[in-house]
Amino acid sequence: MAANMKAVKLRIKSVESTMQITKAMELVASSKLRRAKERSDQCRPYFRELHQTLVDIAEGNTDFSSVYAKPSANERCCYVVIAGDRGLAGGYNSNIFKKLEAAAQSADSTETTAPESNYVVLPIGKKAVEYFQRRHVEILTEDFVTVADISVADCFEIARLLCRQYREGRFGHIELCYTEFVSMLSQRPEIYPMLPLTDLERPMETGADAEPKDGASQGMDSVGERKKSVRDLILYEPDSSEVFDAIVPEYLGGFIYGGVCDALASELAARRNAMEAATSNAEEMIEKLNLSYNRARQSSITTEITEIVAGAEGVG
Amino acid sequence: MSSFPLRIGTPDGLLFEGNAERIVCRTITGDLAILAGHCNYCTAIGMGEAHVVLEDGTTRYAACIGGMLSVMNGTCRVLATTWEWKEDIDKNRAEAAKKRAEERLARQGLTDQEYANATAKLQRALVRLSVKQ
Repeated sequence: MAANMKAVKLRIKSVESTMQITKAMELVASSKLRRAKERSDQCRPYFRELHQTLVDIAEGNTDFSSVYAKPSANERCCYVVIAGDRGLAGGYNSNIFKKLEAAAQSADSTETTAPESNYVVLPIGKKAVEYFQRRHVEILTEDFVTVADISVADCFEIARLLCRQYREGRFGHIELCYTEFVSMLSQRPEIYPMLPLTDLERPMETGADAEPKDGASQGMDSVGERKKSVRDLILYEPDSSEVFDAIVPEYLGGFIYGGVCDALASELAARRNAMEAATSNAEEMIEKLNLSYNRARQSSITTEITEIVAGAEGVG
Repeated sequence: MSSFPLRIGTPDGLLFEGNAERIVCRTITGDLAILAGHCNYCTAIGMGEAHVVLEDGTTRYAACIGGMLSVMNGTCRVLATTWEWKEDIDKNRAEAAKKRAEERLARQGLTDQEYANATAKLQRALVRLSVKQ
């Protein structure tokens, strides 16, 4: 019995020290989260406006002279994947990879080209780099490993790199894959098409309700509205290809930066939630172990008493 | 004068949202003014001074670098890489940046990348200083 008591005591100690770690991690994540959330909130309006503007342009555009504007013949896709630097964040990293795999697979099934070679990735975040290295997916660059250190300037650098490769024709589509920060308790992995601009029209057809700010009152006529807007030609100055050459890298950079901000906040929120759950699990475990420890103690005392009484009777 | 809805955003947040009579900014082809009732329009922003005339007639100056300007169905959106209102510009910092960039450029044996970076920094500093003065 004594051995059992000791084992239980040891176990309680180890669970306690684990709980200390998870608690500390929770606190660290929540204090970092506050800052990350501020940054993401600050960036969000720009991100929204940027996306909305580009969607408007994509819908109204009838001038396909620029490489960025015309539909691409090259089916190869480049995914910019933003994941975390560290694990222990619940399903944060695996969810985004699962989403990506599903998207890549569905793209595969519609075409007959060989899988795997069908896409390249630009991973941001240590976990993303490790994941794609393990799966032998072609990686564009590994310069952007730590997602926490990425600044606006880095995003513009990524955008320039992507644009250069896009113009060279290494891939025909660029999509951004990151975890959207919905609230403290919910984060959703999403994939957004970025280039060519004709891809941008696609999500609007299914996601008309996702943008309720101007779609709510229009309801049914939104389809008619869109048809009409095609007739409202946009004036580009000096000309569309020059304008697109100038704004597309900016747009990509801004879009990636928005994604990074959101992903960072999501990662910290996911970690905080995971650690909170771990801490409460540890508490529960300690409670149970304490109970069994007490039971073991009780039974050992009972045994002792029985032995003493038996011994006394024997003597008497 | 009639006004139009204007939104100015940068990655650091939405800096302006409201109605304006006129916005003037430097695009890649030169200075451009947008008034109410402009047709759908899109262009890229260069580097230079910009100003916005608000509904009450006040004029706000700013340094504006990079990005895009679009007019869609009467709404004007300016999405700039940098947009700093005149009152927010840190003159000392801009001057220090200018000096640093000039020293950089005076040095020999710069790579193309370094040269481009230094020139861009110098240009940004000059734009800020010219707005501030």
